[in-house]
Amino acid sequence: MTDKPFIDIRHAAKSYGALEVLKDISLQVRKGQIVAIIGPSGSGKSTLLRAINDLDPLTKGEVWLEDMQVNKPLPPRQYERHINQMRQQIGMVFQHFNLFPHLTVRGNITLAPKMLKRLTEAEANALAEKQLAHVGMLDRIDYYPSQLSGGQKQRVAIARALAMEPKVMLFDEVTSALDPELVEEVNLTMKKLAEEHMTMIIVTHEMRFAQDVCDRVLFMDQGVVVEEGPPEVIFRNPQHERTKNFLRKHLQGNAQ
Amino acid sequence: MTLDFTIVPSYFTLLLIGSGWTIAITAAAAVLSFVVGILFAVIALYGPALVRYPIRLFAWLFMGTPLLLQLFLIYFGLIQIGIDLPAFAAGVIGLGLHFAVYNSDIIQSGIRAVDKGQYEGARTLGLSRLQTIARIIVPQAVRSVIPPIGNNMIALLKDSALVSVIGVTELTLTAQLAISKTFHPFEFYLAAAVCYYVINLGLEAGLRHLEGRVQLSR
Amino acid sequence: MLRVYPFFLAAAWVTIQLSIYTTVLGLICGSLGAAARLSRSRILRFVGAAYVSLFRGTPALIQLFILYFGGPQIGIQLDAFEAGVIGLGVNIGAYMTETIRGAIVAVDRGQSEAARTLGLSRSETMRKVILPQAARLMIRPLGVNINALIKGTALVAAISVVELTYTAQRYIGSTYKPFEMFLLAGVIYMVIIYVTGLAISWLDRRARIS
Repeated sequence: MTDKPFIDIRHAAKSYGALEVLKDISLQVRKGQIVAIIGPSGSGKSTLLRAINDLDPLTKGEVWLEDMQVNKPLPPRQYERHINQMRQQIGMVFQHFNLFPHLTVRGNITLAPKMLKRLTEAEANALAEKQLAHVGMLDRIDYYPSQLSGGQKQRVAIARALAMEPKVMLFDEVTSALDPELVEEVNLTMKKLAEEHMTMIIVTHEMRFAQDVCDRVLFMDQGVVVEEGPPEVIFRNPQHERTKNFLRKHLQGNAQ
Repeated sequence: MTLDFTIVPSYFTLLLIGSGWTIAITAAAAVLSFVVGILFAVIALYGPALVRYPIRLFAWLFMGTPLLLQLFLIYFGLIQIGIDLPAFAAGVIGLGLHFAVYNSDIIQSGIRAVDKGQYEGARTLGLSRLQTIARIIVPQAVRSVIPPIGNNMIALLKDSALVSVIGVTELTLTAQLAISKTFHPFEFYLAAAVCYYVINLGLEAGLRHLEGRVQLSR
Repeated sequence: MLRVYPFFLAAAWVTIQLSIYTTVLGLICGSLGAAARLSRSRILRFVGAAYVSLFRGTPALIQLFILYFGGPQIGIQLDAFEAGVIGLGVNIGAYMTETIRGAIVAVDRGQSEAARTLGLSRSETMRKVILPQAARLMIRPLGVNINALIKGTALVAAISVVELTYTAQRYIGSTYKPFEMFLLAGVIYMVIIYVTGLAISWLDRRARIS
């Protein structure tokens, strides 16, 4: 593994009018690294994640994936083509699944590979089956999203993102909308990905999961990274008062 | 002149042919109104200002004026600027455009109701704006607005009688043909009404079936 | 262009008259229809349902033709304007029946139960409690019916009543200015519809305050 960053966020800043949501954040992630971003709501952690694939464009700063700039300044038409290319390499999973309700599980997974990678029906089907087997959902391939539980939907959403064979996966509070008893199956799926050395950036409220799975933890508050480091340092021995306060509240909350 | 319904059966075939044409015109205009309705809705919501405003003006004009007036414009008006449409085409286009405007209104509200996450979900997979609209947003919007669009199609069936005024052969005009031979308007218009009623029942049943099939839940 | 204005204005007046008479007749038919649909008598309920189904299930144009061309065969002699008003009024009445009935049904069922437990009779409950509330609810949807009705008056052009659409057709076909003639008639229709819409919003607002 080289020291060259796989994902490189340089001086990212974003504001809505006078409101600054991100204040000059820089972050490097190496290939195969698993990074958790924690922090109170409104800290800017989701905004930062959504800036990586330009869903929420930055006001200032650059995002690089390997040697390509994701938010490259280009004329609108060229930019549209460029960003669609980039997004195919960046998988994303959302809090509310965002599965397409008018398509079956199979349709959800094969849509983008067929349209964008020009896969044949048979190739796309084989791919869908492979990815669904991976998340343990192969038996639901011909179901509609409305027929699945929240945890199952989220596993399908992960399979859908994986089917594009992305270089990195972004997870935006993927277990926050789930009933507590459904959280574990999604966490296990993500753990499995971690063991396969997928590069992952995970915005989460689950401290225990972050502790178990991630190589690095970032604590964000009010648009800045307050503190970062390996999980054992951040969770056992945080340096900043803000981090301590946040963790005290959250670890208590988790214990209850 | 007294009522004599015994003369109706001998014109049964004629009325049947007329009914067939009414169904054909309704179907053709329905397809046109649906396709153009989607197109108008997408342009009205996402199109560049240069096309968006003319479309809105057109919609405003066609919603505020009677269908019959629009048919007269298309049939008697276009020929004066060198566009000679056969009556059938003028009728289908007139009906189709008229209902496209109403469908577009409904589809627009359907598109607005599609969750924003659907757009983001598709865009993060790498789909372009246009691909997302065509494959993700519009299919969902259309499914959710099938009941009100179905009501428009029922209105379309009944309004298809208007194209007889510009000389399109359909049920109303075939009834008039029978009347011109027998001079029994009451019987034949009533017979035509019965035919419309039956076609209408069929259409309503078909729409109910369709609604049941495409019902969509998240 | 200038010389056609008087004809269009005269025609607009005919359209306005048609609209007013048709609205009045439609409201009468709609009220009777709704009363029949909500009646305790099964026969009346059936008559009401049949009225709605038959008149909404067939084209207004055919209904108009039956009345105007077929009427004489059963002893009904009407001039084109009269036939237009009656034909369109009875037709829109079927739609208004459903609007009025819908508003009455929408008034909370609890309202009627509350009134009945106070000892009001069925008809008193209807007159004093249900109808005043339903009346407010039905103003806007009736406005939609009236909007459709105004455009629907164009149908009488087919039985040669010289109203706006008939006049426009004559000039669309003869002036080599089809779009101008269409626009002229169209603008008049839209003004009529707009003014009617203002009146309905005003009524609606007043009903909400009281």
